[in-house]
Amino acid sequence: MTLSELKKGAIGIVKGFTDLEMSVKLMEMGCLPGEEITVARVAPLGDPIAVNVAGYQLSLRKFEASTIILQ
Amino acid sequence: MKADIRVALVGNPNTGKSTLFNTLTGLNQKIGNFPGVTVDKKTGYCQLPDGRTAQIVDLPGTYSLYPKSQDESIVFSILADKANPLRPDLVVVILDATNLKRNLLLYTQVADLKIPVIIALNMMDLAKKAGTVIDIDLFSKKLGVPVVPMSARKLDGIDKLKAAISFANKIALQEESIDVETIAPQLIGRITREFELDNPYYALQLAHQHETIKFISPAESERIEELEKEFSFHSQKAQAAETIARYSFINELLYDTVKVPDTAQDETLSNKIDKILTHKVFGFIIFFAVLLFMFQSIFSWSAYPMELIGDLFVWIQSGLHHLLPAGPLTGLLIDGVIGGLSGVMVFIPQIAILFAFISILEDTGYMSRVTFMMDKLMRKVGLNGKSVVPLIGGFACAVPSIMSTRTIENWKDRMITIMVTPLVTCSARLPIYTLLIALVVPNRNVWWLFNMQGLALTGMYIFSLISAIVVAFVFKLILKGRERGYFIMELPVYRMPRWNNVAYSMYERSKSFVLQAGKVIIAISVILWVLASYGPGNRFAQIEKKYQQPQYTQHLKPDELTRAINSEKLENSYAGALGHAIEPVIRPLGFDWKIGIALITSFAAREVFVGTMATIYSVEGSAEKMESVQQKMKTATNPETGQPVFSLAVAFSLMMFYAFAMQCASTVAVVYRETKNWKWPAIQFAYMTVLAYAASFFAFHLLK
Repeated sequence: MTLSELKKGAIGIVKGFTDLEMSVKLMEMGCLPGEEITVARVAPLGDPIAVNVAGYQLSLRKFEASTIILQ
Repeated sequence: MKADIRVALVGNPNTGKSTLFNTLTGLNQKIGNFPGVTVDKKTGYCQLPDGRTAQIVDLPGTYSLYPKSQDESIVFSILADKANPLRPDLVVVILDATNLKRNLLLYTQVADLKIPVIIALNMMDLAKKAGTVIDIDLFSKKLGVPVVPMSARKLDGIDKLKAAISFANKIALQEESIDVETIAPQLIGRITREFELDNPYYALQLAHQHETIKFISPAESERIEELEKEFSFHSQKAQAAETIARYSFINELLYDTVKVPDTAQDETLSNKIDKILTHKVFGFIIFFAVLLFMFQSIFSWSAYPMELIGDLFVWIQSGLHHLLPAGPLTGLLIDGVIGGLSGVMVFIPQIAILFAFISILEDTGYMSRVTFMMDKLMRKVGLNGKSVVPLIGGFACAVPSIMSTRTIENWKDRMITIMVTPLVTCSARLPIYTLLIALVVPNRNVWWLFNMQGLALTGMYIFSLISAIVVAFVFKLILKGRERGYFIMELPVYRMPRWNNVAYSMYERSKSFVLQAGKVIIAISVILWVLASYGPGNRFAQIEKKYQQPQYTQHLKPDELTRAINSEKLENSYAGALGHAIEPVIRPLGFDWKIGIALITSFAAREVFVGTMATIYSVEGSAEKMESVQQKMKTATNPETGQPVFSLAVAFSLMMFYAFAMQCASTVAVVYRETKNWKWPAIQFAYMTVLAYAASFFAFHLLK
């Protein structure tokens, strides 16, 4: 399952990434393997989404979220 | 001013770095450019408790030393390049105490460069409120650096930070965070030896960034490339390994030193606000309400100060006319230089107000939400959520709007935004549209409710937005992206705006606008003035002579005589000659040589049109006397056909020309300043002129 499929309000744990380039940027922002992640909100037009991770809120596009694999 | 020590402020965005910078330096600050790039360089001075002076350099906010935008690449260059004149003796890393984990990543990277470092642990008040307990002493001991807890907004801890700066060590004493060499042992060893470096992390960063940094020679860069091939170094994999290692160090550190309350927290205030502000329906309604308010304010609040500035310059000009002897030099100074300057100064209120709004929207965190809401929509036409703000600002003035595109990290998105922003109907087009619409559109109501003139004006505004979107889409297809676009962005917690920062931003932006764009505007005004005031050969002398004859002096009143002389001089001036010269080109658009002069002079600034029209139709003075300009233009007839010059077709053709043509020297100057390459303003100028010509041509021939 990937982050883009996670329902609003549900909790997931980051397991890995499908895209190396994106993973480097996401990890810098605190999305690391083992980190808990929840979907806080979806933008009014359905994309991007806002997630809570590492103690703050991060927004990313659905496509980017689809590169994050959850446990 | 001479400084005894240079201190750089480094930190993530939204950590209160600029608040701290403003508090430390007060108005004692200066904005310049970092050499070679458009990134604002903010420096200032601060008096330390021991009597020494510290120069403070505010570096752009970044999440890591691996840059994602031009702004961010500055940070590593300044910290690492030993030859850089701005290289600091001490780095103050600002950490947000409510968000330590992510903030510490940048700290560990900076610390590993082995420059003396101090931690300013900001937003302690908010951390305490959330129930977070930080063992500052242990935290400081584990990292081996002084840690100053503070709340910059409340001015808590500023004195302690100043004291810590003055007591700071001259050598770096911080503890190692990770074992850098294990990431690429052989490569780091070789680079360190060959380049005689004393720091393995610096060597690793060179391996990552050698292609983009400017302080190493191409030969050195090539050598690093060779070494990377030899040891099969993979930049992204190495960076991933480094990031994971750093976060595991950070997790351990935080486990020992920070206690976060483990009771489930209530829904934060920020989330509650977001439920409304990014709501499916209310979100957009609120956004448009905010825009409408902003738009209205830019117009209404700036009207009075703009008038005041205009009057002030008129007063100065007339005062100088009385004081100085009449002559070409006086004319150049008063009508050329000061006239040009007033054209610049008049925009200050609009710029200041626009930037006040932008700074408030950014400071509160609302801007990130707008970006969040609009991203999908804007992406369809090749723009970015962050393009919304400059496009809306373009209704006031393209100049500050183009400056505000710096927040767009993606190069292609930013370029497209810069390219289309001048298409949006700015306030300088308003007087031209009102004048021309009043000439040809009847002042009648249709369907009881709508005034036809008002509808025509609204039409021009909507038309401009549509054309900006269409052109953006075309650029999306043409331009090649330099990097993969992505949208990984922090949504900061909502906060009250810091009024100090708002005031600084108004002041700074206005100042840099006047200084940078001002030079170009003055230069062009002087050139135009010369062209309009002199003519080839002795034509001017002949005109003077002609009007000295009794048939003129006896039958015309003195001011009528002056107007007649000025009008004929203009026709025979270099500008007049230019007007006649371009007449064949603009004839298909329905324009004569007089309109040609107005077109040429309008290339300095659109609002010059009304003034030029006034002069050409020999009406006294300025835009204020719109009535009389209008009358004259209405009665002007074409000598060949006997028809009125300003028919419906000509008026709309002219409006189309002004809608598309890049007739604004300030915009050209600011596009150059922001892109640092004449190619972009040249492309913009070319495509806009072509569109203007085509649109005018079709308008004229369809309506004829």
